[in-house]
Amino acid sequence: MDISIFGYQFMQNAILSALLGGIACAVVGVFVVLLHLPFIGVAMSHAAFAGALLGIWLGFNPLLGAFTFSLLSAAIIGPLADRGQLSPETSLGVIFSFMLGIAFLFLGLMPGTKSAALELLWGSILTNTRGDIVLLAIVAVVVVGLVFAFYKEIQATIFQRSIALAVGLPATLIFYGILFLTGATVTATLRSIGGLLIFSLILNPAAAAYQLTYNLKRMFLLAAVFGVLSGWAGLLFSYLFNIPSGATIVITSSVIFMLAAVFSPKRKVKGWQNKPASEG
Amino acid sequence: MTTVIDIKDVVVSYREDVALRGVSLQVESGEFIGIIGPNGAGKTTLLTVVNGFGKLRSGSVRVLGNFVTEGRGHSLRKKIGYVSQLENIDPKMPMSVREVVMIGRYGLLGLLRNPGKTDWEIVDDTLALTGMSHLAQRPIGHLSGGEQQRVAIARCLAQEPELFLLDEPTASLDWKAKTEILGLVKQIHDLRQLTTLFVTHDLSTLPAACDRVVLMKEGLIRVVGSPDKALTDENLSQLYDIPLSAVKERRKEASLAGY
Repeated sequence: MDISIFGYQFMQNAILSALLGGIACAVVGVFVVLLHLPFIGVAMSHAAFAGALLGIWLGFNPLLGAFTFSLLSAAIIGPLADRGQLSPETSLGVIFSFMLGIAFLFLGLMPGTKSAALELLWGSILTNTRGDIVLLAIVAVVVVGLVFAFYKEIQATIFQRSIALAVGLPATLIFYGILFLTGATVTATLRSIGGLLIFSLILNPAAAAYQLTYNLKRMFLLAAVFGVLSGWAGLLFSYLFNIPSGATIVITSSVIFMLAAVFSPKRKVKGWQNKPASEG
Repeated sequence: MTTVIDIKDVVVSYREDVALRGVSLQVESGEFIGIIGPNGAGKTTLLTVVNGFGKLRSGSVRVLGNFVTEGRGHSLRKKIGYVSQLENIDPKMPMSVREVVMIGRYGLLGLLRNPGKTDWEIVDDTLALTGMSHLAQRPIGHLSGGEQQRVAIARCLAQEPELFLLDEPTASLDWKAKTEILGLVKQIHDLRQLTTLFVTHDLSTLPAACDRVVLMKEGLIRVVGSPDKALTDENLSQLYDIPLSAVKERRKEASLAGY
Protein backbone atom coordinates (compact mmCIF):
# COMPACT_ATOMS: atom_id res chain seq x y z
CA MET A 1 0.00 0.00 0.00
CA ASP A 2 1.31 3.41 -0.95
CA ILE A 3 1.13 5.40 2.30
CA SER A 4 2.14 8.63 0.60
CA ILE A 5 -1.58 9.02 -0.11
CA PHE A 6 -1.98 10.19 3.49
CA GLY A 7 0.26 13.13 2.76
CA TYR A 8 -2.22 14.64 0.36
CA GLN A 9 -4.51 17.39 1.62
CA PHE A 10 -7.70 15.76 0.27
CA MET A 11 -6.97 12.55 2.21
CA GLN A 12 -6.16 14.46 5.39
CA ASN A 13 -9.42 16.36 4.99
CA ALA A 14 -11.26 13.08 4.52
CA ILE A 15 -9.67 11.52 7.62
CA LEU A 16 -10.51 14.59 9.70
CA SER A 17 -14.07 14.60 8.32
CA ALA A 18 -14.46 10.91 9.22
CA LEU A 19 -13.23 11.63 12.76
CA LEU A 20 -15.55 14.57 13.38
CA GLY A 21 -18.51 13.19 11.45
CA GLY A 22 -18.12 9.78 13.06
CA ILE A 23 -18.24 11.28 16.54
CA ALA A 24 -21.20 13.57 15.84
CA CYS A 25 -23.22 10.87 14.07
CA ALA A 26 -22.51 8.29 16.74
CA VAL A 27 -23.51 10.53 19.65
CA VAL A 28 -26.74 11.51 17.93
CA GLY A 29 -27.21 7.84 17.06
CA VAL A 30 -27.33 6.94 20.76
CA PHE A 31 -30.39 9.19 21.11
CA VAL A 32 -31.98 7.67 18.03
CA VAL A 33 -31.48 4.10 19.28
CA LEU A 34 -32.57 4.63 22.88
CA LEU A 35 -35.52 6.91 22.09
CA HIS A 36 -36.63 4.46 19.37
CA LEU A 37 -36.60 7.21 16.76
CA PRO A 38 -35.33 5.49 13.62
CA PHE A 39 -38.44 6.52 11.67
CA ILE A 40 -37.93 10.19 12.48
CA GLY A 41 -34.21 9.97 11.71
CA VAL A 42 -34.70 8.35 8.31
CA ALA A 43 -37.34 10.89 7.35
CA MET A 44 -35.05 13.75 8.46
CA SER A 45 -32.17 12.38 6.39
CA HIS A 46 -34.25 12.19 3.24
CA ALA A 47 -35.78 15.57 3.94
CA ALA A 48 -32.26 17.03 4.28
CA PHE A 49 -31.35 15.48 0.96
CA ALA A 50 -34.43 17.00 -0.68
CA GLY A 51 -33.69 20.40 0.87
CA ALA A 52 -30.10 20.34 -0.36
CA LEU A 53 -31.23 19.52 -3.90
CA LEU A 54 -33.66 22.43 -3.77
CA GLY A 55 -30.75 24.66 -2.81
CA ILE A 56 -28.67 23.47 -5.76
CA TRP A 57 -31.59 23.88 -8.14
CA LEU A 58 -32.57 27.38 -7.01
CA GLY A 59 -29.01 28.55 -6.46
CA PHE A 60 -28.85 29.04 -2.68
CA ASN A 61 -26.65 27.29 -0.10
CA PRO A 62 -27.64 23.59 -0.17
CA LEU A 63 -26.77 23.23 3.52
CA LEU A 64 -29.37 25.83 4.39
CA GLY A 65 -31.94 23.89 2.39
CA ALA A 66 -30.87 20.63 4.04
CA PHE A 67 -31.10 22.04 7.56
CA THR A 68 -34.45 23.71 6.97
CA PHE A 69 -36.06 20.65 5.45
CA SER A 70 -34.77 18.24 8.10
CA LEU A 71 -36.04 20.45 10.89
CA LEU A 72 -39.36 20.93 9.11
CA SER A 73 -39.85 17.18 8.84
CA ALA A 74 -39.01 16.72 12.54
CA ALA A 75 -41.39 19.55 13.43
CA ILE A 76 -44.19 17.76 11.59
CA ILE A 77 -43.51 14.14 12.53
CA GLY A 78 -42.42 14.74 16.12
CA PRO A 79 -45.71 16.15 17.47
CA LEU A 80 -47.78 13.70 15.42
CA ALA A 81 -45.89 10.73 16.79
CA ASP A 82 -46.00 12.30 20.28
CA ARG A 83 -49.76 12.55 20.25
CA GLY A 84 -50.11 9.03 18.89
CA GLN A 85 -51.95 10.32 15.85
CA LEU A 86 -49.61 8.61 13.49
CA SER A 87 -47.97 5.27 14.07
CA PRO A 88 -44.21 5.24 13.46
CA GLU A 89 -44.59 2.83 10.56
CA THR A 90 -47.19 5.04 8.89
CA SER A 91 -45.13 8.21 9.29
CA LEU A 92 -42.04 6.44 7.94
CA GLY A 93 -43.93 5.22 4.89
CA VAL A 94 -45.60 8.51 4.09
CA ILE A 95 -42.88 11.01 4.89
CA PHE A 96 -40.06 8.82 3.54
CA SER A 97 -41.73 8.31 0.19
CA PHE A 98 -42.86 11.93 0.00
CA MET A 99 -39.38 13.30 0.72
CA LEU A 100 -37.69 10.91 -1.65
CA GLY A 101 -40.24 11.79 -4.32
CA ILE A 102 -39.61 15.51 -3.76
CA ALA A 103 -35.85 14.95 -3.93
CA PHE A 104 -36.01 13.13 -7.24
CA LEU A 105 -38.48 15.69 -8.55
CA PHE A 106 -35.94 18.45 -7.85
CA LEU A 107 -33.25 16.26 -9.42
CA GLY A 108 -35.34 15.82 -12.55
CA LEU A 109 -36.23 19.51 -12.81
CA MET A 110 -32.63 20.67 -12.43
CA PRO A 111 -31.26 22.00 -15.68
CA GLY A 112 -27.83 21.12 -17.00
CA THR A 113 -25.35 18.76 -15.35
CA LYS A 114 -26.40 17.06 -12.16
CA SER A 115 -22.98 16.09 -10.83
CA ALA A 116 -23.24 18.27 -7.70
CA ALA A 117 -26.64 16.79 -6.96
CA LEU A 118 -25.48 13.22 -7.52
CA GLU A 119 -22.56 13.80 -5.15
CA LEU A 120 -25.14 14.53 -2.48
CA LEU A 121 -26.80 11.20 -3.25
CA TRP A 122 -23.84 8.96 -2.53
CA GLY A 123 -21.45 11.31 -0.71
CA SER A 124 -18.06 12.74 -1.58
CA ILE A 125 -15.93 12.74 1.54
CA LEU A 126 -12.80 12.84 -0.58
CA THR A 127 -13.73 16.30 -1.90
CA ASN A 128 -14.44 17.80 1.52
CA THR A 129 -13.08 21.30 1.87
CA ARG A 130 -11.76 23.20 4.86
CA GLY A 131 -15.22 24.79 5.13
CA ASP A 132 -16.84 21.34 5.42
CA ILE A 133 -14.38 20.40 8.15
CA VAL A 134 -15.06 23.58 10.10
CA LEU A 135 -18.80 22.87 9.95
CA LEU A 136 -18.26 19.27 11.08
CA ALA A 137 -16.04 20.46 13.91
CA ILE A 138 -18.62 22.98 15.10
CA VAL A 139 -21.41 20.39 15.05
CA ALA A 140 -19.26 17.74 16.77
CA VAL A 141 -18.19 20.16 19.51
CA VAL A 142 -21.76 21.38 20.03
CA VAL A 143 -23.20 17.85 20.14
CA VAL A 144 -20.58 16.49 22.53
CA GLY A 145 -20.62 19.68 24.62
CA LEU A 146 -24.38 19.60 25.06
CA VAL A 147 -24.28 15.92 26.05
CA PHE A 148 -21.67 16.72 28.70
CA ALA A 149 -23.53 19.79 29.96
CA PHE A 150 -27.00 18.25 30.07
CA TYR A 151 -26.09 14.60 30.60
CA LYS A 152 -28.48 13.96 33.48
CA GLU A 153 -31.42 15.65 31.70
CA ILE A 154 -30.71 13.63 28.56
CA GLN A 155 -30.33 10.43 30.57
CA ALA A 156 -33.70 10.93 32.27
CA THR A 157 -35.45 11.78 28.98
CA ILE A 158 -33.93 8.75 27.29
CA PHE A 159 -35.03 6.48 30.14
CA GLN A 160 -38.66 7.58 30.10
CA ARG A 161 -39.86 11.00 29.00
CA SER A 162 -42.95 10.80 31.25
CA ILE A 163 -40.75 10.20 34.30
CA ALA A 164 -38.41 13.03 33.33
CA LEU A 165 -41.46 15.33 33.13
CA ALA A 166 -42.81 13.97 36.40
CA VAL A 167 -39.64 14.94 38.32
CA GLY A 168 -39.78 18.47 36.92
CA LEU A 169 -37.37 18.30 33.99
CA PRO A 170 -38.21 20.08 30.69
CA ALA A 171 -38.25 16.74 28.89
CA THR A 172 -40.26 17.92 25.87
CA LEU A 173 -37.74 20.70 25.28
CA ILE A 174 -34.92 18.18 25.58
CA PHE A 175 -36.63 15.82 23.14
CA TYR A 176 -37.02 18.52 20.49
CA GLY A 177 -33.48 19.70 21.23
CA ILE A 178 -32.33 16.19 20.37
CA LEU A 179 -34.25 16.37 17.08
CA PHE A 180 -32.57 19.71 16.38
CA LEU A 181 -29.14 18.17 16.98
CA THR A 182 -30.05 15.26 14.70
CA GLY A 183 -30.99 17.72 11.96
CA ALA A 184 -27.75 19.65 12.41
CA THR A 185 -25.67 16.47 12.31
CA VAL A 186 -27.45 15.15 9.22
CA THR A 187 -26.88 18.47 7.47
CA ALA A 188 -23.20 18.68 8.38
CA THR A 189 -22.44 15.11 7.24
CA LEU A 190 -24.68 15.05 4.16
CA ARG A 191 -21.94 15.95 1.69
CA SER A 192 -19.52 13.42 3.17
CA ILE A 193 -21.73 10.34 3.27
CA GLY A 194 -24.67 11.11 1.02
CA GLY A 195 -28.38 11.53 1.51
CA LEU A 196 -29.35 7.91 1.08
CA LEU A 197 -26.65 6.55 3.38
CA ILE A 198 -26.20 9.11 6.14
CA PHE A 199 -28.76 7.59 8.42
CA SER A 200 -26.90 4.29 8.47
CA LEU A 201 -23.83 6.05 9.88
CA ILE A 202 -26.03 7.60 12.56
CA LEU A 203 -27.74 4.34 13.47
CA ASN A 204 -25.14 1.55 13.05
CA PRO A 205 -22.33 2.61 15.44
CA ALA A 206 -24.82 3.40 18.22
CA ALA A 207 -26.74 0.19 17.60
CA ALA A 208 -23.46 -1.73 17.83
CA ALA A 209 -22.54 -0.02 21.12
CA TYR A 210 -26.03 -0.79 22.45
CA GLN A 211 -25.30 -4.49 22.05
CA LEU A 212 -22.19 -4.34 24.20
CA THR A 213 -22.84 -2.32 27.35
CA TYR A 214 -25.34 -1.61 30.16
CA ASN A 215 -23.67 1.73 30.92
CA LEU A 216 -24.87 4.85 29.12
CA LYS A 217 -21.56 6.74 29.29
CA ARG A 218 -19.76 3.72 27.91
CA MET A 219 -22.38 3.48 25.16
CA PHE A 220 -21.66 7.06 24.04
CA LEU A 221 -17.93 6.34 24.07
CA LEU A 222 -18.19 3.01 22.24
CA ALA A 223 -20.54 4.50 19.65
CA ALA A 224 -18.04 7.30 18.95
CA VAL A 225 -15.20 4.77 18.63
CA PHE A 226 -17.26 2.66 16.21
CA GLY A 227 -18.29 5.77 14.26
CA VAL A 228 -14.69 6.89 13.79
CA LEU A 229 -13.52 3.33 13.08
CA SER A 230 -16.23 2.99 10.41
CA GLY A 231 -15.03 6.20 8.80
CA TRP A 232 -11.32 5.44 8.85
CA ALA A 233 -11.61 1.76 7.96
CA GLY A 234 -14.12 2.65 5.27
CA LEU A 235 -11.70 5.19 3.76
CA LEU A 236 -8.88 2.64 3.85
CA PHE A 237 -10.96 -0.07 2.11
CA SER A 238 -12.25 2.51 -0.37
CA TYR A 239 -8.65 3.42 -1.24
CA LEU A 240 -7.43 -0.20 -1.35
CA PHE A 241 -10.21 -1.51 -3.55
CA ASN A 242 -11.01 1.68 -5.45
CA ILE A 243 -14.69 1.71 -4.48
CA PRO A 244 -17.03 4.61 -3.46
CA SER A 245 -16.05 5.89 -0.03
CA GLY A 246 -19.52 6.79 1.31
CA ALA A 247 -20.88 3.31 0.64
CA THR A 248 -17.76 1.64 2.03
CA ILE A 249 -17.98 3.60 5.26
CA VAL A 250 -21.62 2.58 5.72
CA ILE A 251 -20.95 -1.07 4.90
CA THR A 252 -18.05 -1.07 7.39
CA SER A 253 -20.36 0.34 10.07
CA SER A 254 -22.89 -2.40 9.27
CA VAL A 255 -20.20 -5.09 9.63
CA ILE A 256 -19.20 -3.64 13.01
CA PHE A 257 -22.83 -3.82 14.09
CA MET A 258 -23.15 -7.45 12.95
CA LEU A 259 -20.02 -8.44 14.86
CA ALA A 260 -21.28 -6.64 17.96
CA ALA A 261 -24.63 -8.41 17.68
CA VAL A 262 -22.98 -11.81 17.32
CA PHE A 263 -20.71 -11.33 20.33
CA SER A 264 -23.22 -9.34 22.39
CA PRO A 265 -23.51 -10.32 26.06
CA LYS A 266 -27.10 -9.08 25.80
CA ARG A 267 -28.02 -11.99 23.55
CA LYS A 268 -28.70 -13.86 26.77
CA VAL A 269 -31.11 -11.20 28.11
CA LYS A 270 -34.20 -13.36 27.66
CA GLY A 271 -32.61 -16.07 29.81
CA TRP A 272 -32.15 -13.55 32.62
CA GLN A 273 -35.73 -12.46 32.43
CA ASN A 274 -36.87 -16.04 32.95
CA LYS A 275 -35.08 -16.37 36.30
CA PRO A 276 -37.42 -17.47 39.12
CA ALA A 277 -39.10 -14.71 41.15
CA SER A 278 -37.35 -15.85 44.33
CA GLU A 279 -34.07 -14.51 42.93
CA GLY A 280 -35.64 -10.99 42.73
CA MET B 1 -54.03 20.40 59.79
CA THR B 2 -53.06 22.21 56.59
CA THR B 3 -54.93 21.79 53.34
CA VAL B 4 -52.30 20.74 50.81
CA ILE B 5 -54.64 20.01 47.90
CA ASP B 6 -57.70 22.15 47.18
CA ILE B 7 -59.60 21.24 44.02
CA LYS B 8 -62.71 23.34 43.28
CA ASP B 9 -65.26 22.61 40.55
CA VAL B 10 -62.65 21.38 38.12
CA VAL B 11 -63.60 20.44 34.57
CA VAL B 12 -61.03 18.70 32.39
CA SER B 13 -61.62 17.60 28.85
CA TYR B 14 -59.52 16.13 26.05
CA ARG B 15 -61.11 17.20 22.77
CA GLU B 16 -64.58 15.66 22.79
CA ASP B 17 -64.06 13.58 25.98
CA VAL B 18 -64.92 15.23 29.28
CA ALA B 19 -62.72 13.48 31.84
CA LEU B 20 -63.73 15.49 34.92
CA ARG B 21 -67.14 17.15 35.11
CA GLY B 22 -66.90 19.53 38.04
CA VAL B 23 -64.90 17.84 40.78
CA SER B 24 -64.07 19.26 44.21
CA LEU B 25 -61.82 17.70 46.82
CA GLN B 26 -59.71 18.92 49.76
CA VAL B 27 -56.83 16.89 51.15
CA GLU B 28 -55.12 17.63 54.46
CA SER B 29 -51.43 17.22 55.16
CA GLY B 30 -50.45 13.63 55.99
CA GLU B 31 -53.72 12.10 54.76
CA PHE B 32 -53.79 8.83 52.86
CA ILE B 33 -56.55 9.03 50.24
CA GLY B 34 -57.65 6.02 48.23
CA ILE B 35 -59.35 6.79 44.90
CA ILE B 36 -61.38 3.99 43.40
CA GLY B 37 -63.72 3.57 40.48
CA PRO B 38 -64.24 1.76 37.19
CA ASN B 39 -62.05 2.37 34.13
CA GLY B 40 -62.70 5.78 32.60
CA ALA B 41 -63.99 7.26 35.88
CA GLY B 42 -61.42 10.10 35.79
CA LYS B 43 -59.13 8.80 38.55
CA THR B 44 -55.89 9.26 36.63
CA THR B 45 -57.09 12.64 35.36
CA LEU B 46 -57.60 13.71 38.97
CA LEU B 47 -53.93 12.93 39.66
CA THR B 48 -52.82 14.84 36.54
CA VAL B 49 -54.76 17.84 37.78
CA VAL B 50 -52.75 17.71 41.03
CA ASN B 51 -49.33 17.45 39.34
CA GLY B 52 -50.05 20.04 36.70
CA PHE B 53 -50.42 17.81 33.65
CA GLY B 54 -54.18 18.10 33.34
CA LYS B 55 -55.65 20.79 31.12
CA LEU B 56 -58.27 22.63 33.15
CA ARG B 57 -61.27 23.97 31.25
CA SER B 58 -62.67 25.57 34.38
CA GLY B 59 -62.31 25.51 38.14
CA SER B 60 -59.23 26.00 40.27
CA VAL B 61 -56.55 23.83 41.83
CA ARG B 62 -54.23 24.82 44.67
CA VAL B 63 -51.43 22.41 45.55
CA LEU B 64 -48.96 23.06 48.36
CA GLY B 65 -50.21 26.62 48.59
CA ASN B 66 -49.80 27.48 44.90
CA PHE B 67 -52.39 27.73 42.17
CA VAL B 68 -51.67 25.19 39.50
CA THR B 69 -51.30 26.89 36.14
CA GLU B 70 -49.65 25.75 32.95
CA GLY B 71 -46.45 27.67 33.66
CA ARG B 72 -45.95 26.33 37.20
CA GLY B 73 -45.84 22.70 36.19
CA HIS B 74 -42.08 22.08 36.38
CA SER B 75 -41.45 23.68 39.76
CA LEU B 76 -44.51 22.01 41.32
CA ARG B 77 -43.62 18.55 40.04
CA LYS B 78 -40.26 18.69 41.79
CA LYS B 79 -42.19 18.40 45.06
CA ILE B 80 -44.52 15.62 43.93
CA GLY B 81 -43.50 12.00 43.69
CA TYR B 82 -45.44 10.14 41.00
CA VAL B 83 -45.58 6.38 40.48
CA SER B 84 -47.53 5.17 37.48
CA GLN B 85 -48.55 1.72 36.35
CA LEU B 86 -45.82 -0.71 35.53
CA GLU B 87 -44.37 0.21 32.15
CA ASN B 88 -42.36 -1.97 29.84
CA ILE B 89 -38.70 -1.18 30.17
CA ASP B 90 -36.27 -2.16 27.44
CA PRO B 91 -34.32 -5.10 28.89
CA LYS B 92 -31.19 -3.77 27.16
CA MET B 93 -31.52 -0.24 28.58
CA PRO B 94 -28.01 0.93 29.58
CA MET B 95 -28.82 2.17 33.08
CA SER B 96 -28.53 0.64 36.52
CA VAL B 97 -31.15 0.62 39.29
CA ARG B 98 -29.08 3.13 41.28
CA GLU B 99 -28.87 5.53 38.33
CA VAL B 100 -32.61 5.33 37.72
CA VAL B 101 -33.37 6.10 41.37
CA MET B 102 -31.05 9.13 41.10
CA ILE B 103 -33.31 10.47 38.31
CA GLY B 104 -35.72 11.35 41.11
CA ARG B 105 -33.23 14.01 42.30
CA TYR B 106 -32.47 15.54 38.89
CA GLY B 107 -35.29 18.05 39.05
CA LEU B 108 -34.05 19.28 42.44
CA LEU B 109 -30.43 19.59 41.31
CA GLY B 110 -31.10 22.08 38.56
CA LEU B 111 -29.37 22.57 35.24
CA LEU B 112 -25.59 22.10 34.86
CA ARG B 113 -25.24 20.54 38.34
CA ASN B 114 -24.16 16.95 38.81
CA PRO B 115 -25.17 14.71 41.72
CA GLY B 116 -22.85 14.91 44.72
CA LYS B 117 -22.02 12.67 47.69
CA THR B 118 -25.15 13.71 49.62
CA ASP B 119 -27.38 12.92 46.67
CA TRP B 120 -25.93 9.41 46.34
CA GLU B 121 -26.35 8.87 50.08
CA ILE B 122 -30.04 9.79 49.80
CA VAL B 123 -30.41 7.38 46.87
CA ASP B 124 -28.75 4.58 48.83
CA ASP B 125 -31.04 5.25 51.80
CA THR B 126 -34.17 4.99 49.66
CA LEU B 127 -32.87 1.79 48.07
CA ALA B 128 -32.43 0.37 51.58
CA LEU B 129 -35.92 1.50 52.63
CA THR B 130 -37.50 -0.18 49.61
CA GLY B 131 -35.43 -3.35 50.01
CA MET B 132 -33.53 -2.87 46.75
CA SER B 133 -29.94 -2.28 47.93
CA HIS B 134 -28.82 -5.72 46.79
CA LEU B 135 -29.98 -4.90 43.24
CA ALA B 136 -28.48 -1.40 43.03
CA GLN B 137 -26.02 -2.25 40.25
CA ARG B 138 -28.37 -4.44 38.25
CA PRO B 139 -29.46 -3.17 34.80
CA ILE B 140 -32.87 -1.57 35.20
CA GLY B 141 -34.40 -3.77 32.49
CA HIS B 142 -33.52 -6.94 34.39
CA LEU B 143 -36.05 -6.69 37.19
CA SER B 144 -39.35 -8.35 37.88
CA GLY B 145 -42.52 -6.24 37.86
CA GLY B 146 -42.59 -5.96 41.63
CA GLU B 147 -38.93 -4.94 41.76
CA GLN B 148 -39.49 -2.26 39.11
CA GLN B 149 -42.31 -0.75 41.12
CA ARG B 150 -40.09 -0.76 44.22
CA VAL B 151 -37.49 1.15 42.17
CA ALA B 152 -40.20 3.59 41.05
CA ILE B 153 -41.15 4.17 44.69
CA ALA B 154 -37.48 4.58 45.65
CA ARG B 155 -37.09 7.10 42.83
CA CYS B 156 -40.02 9.11 44.18
CA LEU B 157 -38.66 9.02 47.73
CA ALA B 158 -35.24 10.19 46.48
CA GLN B 159 -37.07 13.30 45.31
CA GLU B 160 -37.94 14.02 48.97
CA PRO B 161 -41.47 14.88 47.87
CA GLU B 162 -44.20 16.61 49.82
CA LEU B 163 -46.91 14.68 48.00
CA PHE B 164 -46.99 11.09 46.86
CA LEU B 165 -49.21 10.12 43.92
CA LEU B 166 -49.60 6.49 42.92
CA ASP B 167 -51.60 5.59 39.81
CA GLU B 168 -52.53 1.90 39.81
CA PRO B 169 -49.04 0.89 40.98
CA THR B 170 -50.05 -2.75 41.48
CA ALA B 171 -51.70 -3.27 38.08
CA SER B 172 -50.07 -6.14 36.14
CA LEU B 173 -48.35 -7.48 39.26
CA ASP B 174 -48.81 -10.95 40.70
CA TRP B 175 -50.45 -11.46 44.10
CA LYS B 176 -47.16 -11.62 46.03
CA ALA B 177 -45.78 -8.45 44.40
CA LYS B 178 -49.09 -6.62 44.98
CA THR B 179 -49.02 -7.50 48.66
CA GLU B 180 -45.42 -6.35 49.00
CA ILE B 181 -46.05 -3.03 47.23
CA LEU B 182 -49.12 -2.29 49.32
CA GLY B 183 -47.15 -3.08 52.46
CA LEU B 184 -44.29 -0.83 51.35
CA VAL B 185 -46.63 2.08 50.60
CA LYS B 186 -48.17 1.75 54.07
CA GLN B 187 -44.72 1.54 55.67
CA ILE B 188 -43.59 4.72 53.89
CA HIS B 189 -46.75 6.58 54.86
CA ASP B 190 -46.36 5.55 58.50
CA LEU B 191 -42.67 6.49 58.51
CA ARG B 192 -42.78 9.82 56.69
CA GLN B 193 -46.44 10.88 57.07
CA LEU B 194 -46.43 11.74 53.37
CA THR B 195 -49.71 13.04 51.96
CA THR B 196 -50.62 10.17 49.64
CA LEU B 197 -53.16 9.73 46.85
CA PHE B 198 -53.51 6.10 45.73
CA VAL B 199 -55.57 5.31 42.64
CA THR B 200 -56.89 1.85 41.85
CA HIS B 201 -59.80 0.32 39.98
CA ASP B 202 -59.63 -2.84 42.10
CA LEU B 203 -61.11 -2.80 45.58
CA SER B 204 -58.88 -5.67 46.66
CA THR B 205 -55.78 -3.51 46.12
CA LEU B 206 -57.03 -0.49 48.03
CA PRO B 207 -54.61 -0.06 50.91
CA ALA B 208 -55.94 -0.68 54.38
CA ALA B 209 -54.03 2.44 55.44
CA CYS B 210 -56.51 4.83 53.76
CA ASP B 211 -57.87 7.61 55.97
CA ARG B 212 -60.53 8.40 53.41
CA VAL B 213 -61.77 6.84 50.21
CA VAL B 214 -63.02 8.70 47.14
CA LEU B 215 -65.40 6.83 44.83
CA MET B 216 -65.40 8.16 41.26
CA LYS B 217 -67.55 7.39 38.26
CA GLU B 218 -68.00 9.06 34.86
CA GLY B 219 -65.89 12.07 35.74
CA LEU B 220 -67.58 12.82 39.05
CA ILE B 221 -66.87 12.12 42.71
CA ARG B 222 -69.84 10.08 43.98
CA VAL B 223 -68.83 9.40 47.57
CA VAL B 224 -66.08 10.60 49.93
CA GLY B 225 -65.63 9.21 53.42
CA SER B 226 -63.86 6.83 55.72
CA PRO B 227 -63.44 3.31 54.29
CA ASP B 228 -66.19 1.95 56.59
CA LYS B 229 -68.70 4.60 55.52
CA ALA B 230 -67.80 4.82 51.83
CA LEU B 231 -67.19 1.21 50.85
CA THR B 232 -70.65 -0.16 51.59
CA ASP B 233 -72.11 -2.86 49.39
CA GLU B 234 -74.71 -0.43 48.07
CA ASN B 235 -72.12 2.18 47.09
CA LEU B 236 -69.95 -0.40 45.33
CA SER B 237 -72.94 -1.89 43.55
CA GLN B 238 -73.81 1.53 42.14
CA LEU B 239 -70.19 2.38 41.39
CA TYR B 240 -69.49 -0.70 39.28
CA ASP B 241 -73.06 -1.30 38.03
CA ILE B 242 -73.12 -4.83 39.39
CA PRO B 243 -75.82 -6.49 41.52
CA LEU B 244 -75.53 -6.41 45.31
CA SER B 245 -75.15 -10.18 45.38
CA ALA B 246 -72.11 -9.93 43.09
CA VAL B 247 -70.51 -7.36 45.40
CA LYS B 248 -70.95 -9.66 48.40
CA GLU B 249 -69.48 -12.54 46.40
CA ARG B 250 -66.44 -10.46 45.39
CA ARG B 251 -65.86 -9.39 49.00
CA LYS B 252 -65.91 -13.03 50.08
CA GLU B 253 -63.37 -13.90 47.36
CA ALA B 254 -61.14 -10.98 48.35
CA SER B 255 -61.14 -11.96 52.03
CA LEU B 256 -60.36 -15.60 51.11
CA ALA B 257 -57.43 -14.35 49.05
CA GLY B 258 -56.15 -12.53 52.10
CA TYR B 259 -56.74 -8.88 51.07
